Amino acid sequence: MTRTLWDSTVGKKVIMAVSGLVMLLYLVVHMIGNLKIFFGAGEFNHYAHWLRTMGEPFLHHEWALWLVRIGLVAAVVLHGVSAYHLSRRDIRARPSGYVHRKPRAAYATRTMRWGGIILALFIVWHILDLTTGTVHPGGFQSGRPYQNVIDTFSTWYGNTVYIVAVLALGLHVQHGFWSAAQTLGVGNATRDRILKTTANALALVLTAGFVAVPVAVMTGVVS
Amino acid sequence: MKLTLRVWRQPHAEAPGAMATYEVDGISPNMSFLEMLDTLNEELVLDGDEPVAFDHDCREGICGACSLVINGDAHGPEPTTTCQLHMRSFQDGQTIDVEPWRAAAFPVVKDLVVDRSAFDRIIQSGGYISAPTGTAPDAHATPVPKPDADFAFEHAECIGCGACVAACPNGSAMLFTSAKVNHLNVLPQGAPERETRVLDMVAAMDEEGFGGCTLAGECATACPKGIPLPSIAAMNKEWLRATRKVRR
Amino acid sequence: MSDYTQYGTGAPLVDEKAPAGPVADRWDTRRFEAKLVNPANRRKHTVIVVGTGLAGGSAGATLAEQGYHVVQFCFQDSPRRAHSVAAQGGINAAKNYRNDGDSVHRLFYDTVKGGDFRARESNVHRLAQISVEIIDQCVAQGVPFAREYGGLLDNRSFGGVQVSRTFYARGQTGQQLLLGAYQALTRQIAAGNVELHARTEMLDLIVVDGRARGIVARDLVTGEIDTYFADAVVLASGGYGNVFHLSTNAMNSNATAVWRAHRRGAYFANPCFTQIHPTCIPRTGDHQSKLTLMSESLRNDGRIWVPKAKRDERPAGEIPEDERDYYLERIYPAFGNLVPRDIASRAAKNVCDEGRGVGPGGQGVYLDFADAIARLGKAKVEEKYGNLFDMYAQITAENPYETPMRIYPAVHYTMGGLWVDYDLQTTVPGLFAIGEANFSDHGANRLGASALMQGLADGYFVLPSTINDYLARNPHTDDVDATHPDVAAAVAETEDRINLLLSIDGDRTPDSFHREIGELMWEFCGMSRTEEGLRKALGRLPRIREEFWRRIKVPGTGEQFNQSLEKANRIVDYLELAELMCLDALHRAESCGGHFREESQTPEGEAARRDEEFSYVAAWEFPGTGGAPVLHKEDLVFEYVHPTQRSYA
Repeated sequence: MTRTLWDSTVGKKVIMAVSGLVMLLYLVVHMIGNLKIFFGAGEFNHYAHWLRTMGEPFLHHEWALWLVRIGLVAAVVLHGVSAYHLSRRDIRARPSGYVHRKPRAAYATRTMRWGGIILALFIVWHILDLTTGTVHPGGFQSGRPYQNVIDTFSTWYGNTVYIVAVLALGLHVQHGFWSAAQTLGVGNATRDRILKTTANALALVLTAGFVAVPVAVMTGVVS
Repeated sequence: MKLTLRVWRQPHAEAPGAMATYEVDGISPNMSFLEMLDTLNEELVLDGDEPVAFDHDCREGICGACSLVINGDAHGPEPTTTCQLHMRSFQDGQTIDVEPWRAAAFPVVKDLVVDRSAFDRIIQSGGYISAPTGTAPDAHATPVPKPDADFAFEHAECIGCGACVAACPNGSAMLFTSAKVNHLNVLPQGAPERETRVLDMVAAMDEEGFGGCTLAGECATACPKGIPLPSIAAMNKEWLRATRKVRR
Repeated sequence: MSDYTQYGTGAPLVDEKAPAGPVADRWDTRRFEAKLVNPANRRKHTVIVVGTGLAGGSAGATLAEQGYHVVQFCFQDSPRRAHSVAAQGGINAAKNYRNDGDSVHRLFYDTVKGGDFRARESNVHRLAQISVEIIDQCVAQGVPFAREYGGLLDNRSFGGVQVSRTFYARGQTGQQLLLGAYQALTRQIAAGNVELHARTEMLDLIVVDGRARGIVARDLVTGEIDTYFADAVVLASGGYGNVFHLSTNAMNSNATAVWRAHRRGAYFANPCFTQIHPTCIPRTGDHQSKLTLMSESLRNDGRIWVPKAKRDERPAGEIPEDERDYYLERIYPAFGNLVPRDIASRAAKNVCDEGRGVGPGGQGVYLDFADAIARLGKAKVEEKYGNLFDMYAQITAENPYETPMRIYPAVHYTMGGLWVDYDLQTTVPGLFAIGEANFSDHGANRLGASALMQGLADGYFVLPSTINDYLARNPHTDDVDATHPDVAAAVAETEDRINLLLSIDGDRTPDSFHREIGELMWEFCGMSRTEEGLRKALGRLPRIREEFWRRIKVPGTGEQFNQSLEKANRIVDYLELAELMCLDALHRAESCGGHFREESQTPEGEAARRDEEFSYVAAWEFPGTGGAPVLHKEDLVFEYVHPTQRSYA
């Protein structure tokens, strides 16, 4: 069955759909966590600390977090590799385009590939910035995420990169969620409206929820 | 009507092709698009040039032979086949680009003619019900609920023209394949081969070099028979079901 | 060169394969008497099938299922495009699912009578018997026939019969049945039992020692001319309606396969029997390339009329009621708009000839739904005929809910074809003809929804049984190959013809000749025929042929994809076939079914059959180029359905 999935275009799409939905679920949780920043440094930092103590005493310190991280890395890799394989195949399947070009499909659909690449690059920067602190502007302080967030969003490029990535995420989710539903065979004519509405709502909520933080820092609501 | 046509000319599969420009005059708005091309071809023949090759046969929108991309749209601006497109859909003095279907799996044979035998091979891989002549029970032995019969018919309407592949940015044959899978898989007669059919047809589709589906929806927009986009989701569901049930 | 009209009369023809005895038992008897081929030996036999429509597709699939090696040809890019795909209405079967008094015998009776008593009783009865098996077979293959809410198959009445025996799949029955046969065929292609050659056109028949042993065919992509050998050849190449240039046939449907077979010795039967369908969309100008049929069910609610005055240019809506002539209702008060196809067609021609036709060129009559819409409401009319109205609007850009449709008759089907015996074998041993390519079951007029029935009966059930007998009596041999003198001669003839077409480099296109023959045939050998007109046509055809071979221009070469060459090569055969059609029409000085001779009509102006003189099948033998054909008569015997004169007034 694994072979069937991996060898087939439909199977690879299933892998993308499932991994995409895993990431989507994570993003919803992540966004809710982010919003805690509006309740002040104490609550935000406490939440960040809890992420490391999750599952204790049954699990060792940070084990739960690492399990999540491993799961996420697996999802990102599967999603990315499948997308790469499928894209290469798609480009090969249409080697020469039409002389008469027309704008095709919806914007969100057309930007899935570039959007995906933007998001992958963003994830790297985002981890180096706020998890490892490697490229963090100002002094990165482990255990004080509230301050780290404010540092990042106090730079013009920090805000730009983040907001562009979040907008790309919104578009990606808008088509991706609906598309995943089709791939998993959930879509049909009667459900189509519900699925499209849900996709739009998810995209909107995630974009707004994530963008709220840098906007709040920029406007001084959070400082 | 007077029109400027820019038509893809390519002598044979291996030769390079290019757009060639022709002027046609005296075109009636009542002509079909193919009759307009007939008019051009009559002039070309009298001038000693080779006429533009294009596939066509029934000219009533059902055989699926005609296959032109007109101004970037598979089958042109109306939701129908090229043969049922009439010149009244264009304006006097307009420039019209005419190109063949473009897909790696549909190589150009000559000018606007492409090789669509890949579709036949997809059907050969499982797009049938094994019912040798003479083995059939009475037609009323197995009633089929009307909604299922209607669902089957709506998908069986596919004419195999390939507009879905031509319109798809990925050159994907998912809509074509799903139409046949859904037609046969919903019927009780198709049940014994339900799993192998969808698995084999999807594998054959991949083998032919068609692209994957990114749900761009261009296929369903271009389909002259209105095969709906959810047809693809329905096939995906069948495929997943079959993958779980069949161990290979 | 002898006078073509001075045809000779040869020995009478007898169908030796049809068994005697009660008509209902004959098919069983024949199947029992026919020799069988041992299943283990079938693999050694190769059968060529030309064409992949309902008849060819179903025959190829079934022969392969039985174990024969099938080599199949179609000129289209895929077997699924054969013109059977365009049939709209439905397929008849004597299932009696409606319990409305239908039976095999009634279908048999209706078909013999509908054919105006010019078909064989034995064949028609077999067709009616097999009709019930066809529906079973198609349903098992997944053909999505219309169903009722209970899940059972729906039926409708069609073509003026009194029972509901027509099975249908919306307006696309032909498509769905063809896809069923195509899918069965592809299954055998995948299994390696059928070797398919698409985009390959048969150009000649190979006859060696008096037996059909193969064909010469041209690969339409590379232009290569090749030979294919077999133990038997089956022609399922359809009808020859395109002789008329404008018809409801597909653009590439052609007569080459049957005509080449005729030239190699197969008799051609009843070539003048053509069916002209009354409800087609009229032509809009000289650019017209083909005509589109509208289902005749429209006549159930539409009223046909023309203005009373000649050359009345007013729009339909401005012509007051008392200035309209509802001519069918006036002439045929009992049947009105529902008279049979041939009568409705001829009446339309007559009013147009009087100068009362409507639309461009005055070649059309109104089919008006205003009364139906007033009586039933627009919604009901839309429910019944919506898809047809849409099709009409798409082609004409007129809204038939508001302005009356314009219709005109068009050539639709050819009842004539290669003469075959009860086994569907032609006069060339080993050459079989099935579907519209043969002449056998429809007599002088085909009933609606019977073409699909006959194509599938021949392909699924009749031929696969009867061909066994021939193959069992003629064991496989490998004695024929490309070096055989008869084969080399056939190839050389084909190559010479193609080279000649390419070398003339004249100043007229193939289409211009096709149009010229078509117009001539439509005028003199169309809906109504006279001795004078037919003689005129017979005088002109040789001159057109002479001009063709002087002025034809075919660009390009033979070693490439060359659609002009394909067309020109088909016209060569139309030019000869047209002549035989006219001769057949001339010699049959009676009216029957689709063949109306003005000299033979009743005092009321209806077709008058002359059974004492013409109750026979006219099978023509090819005399050699330039000679006068030889007529062989096969007498028709009616033991069960006794000939009567039709009356619809």
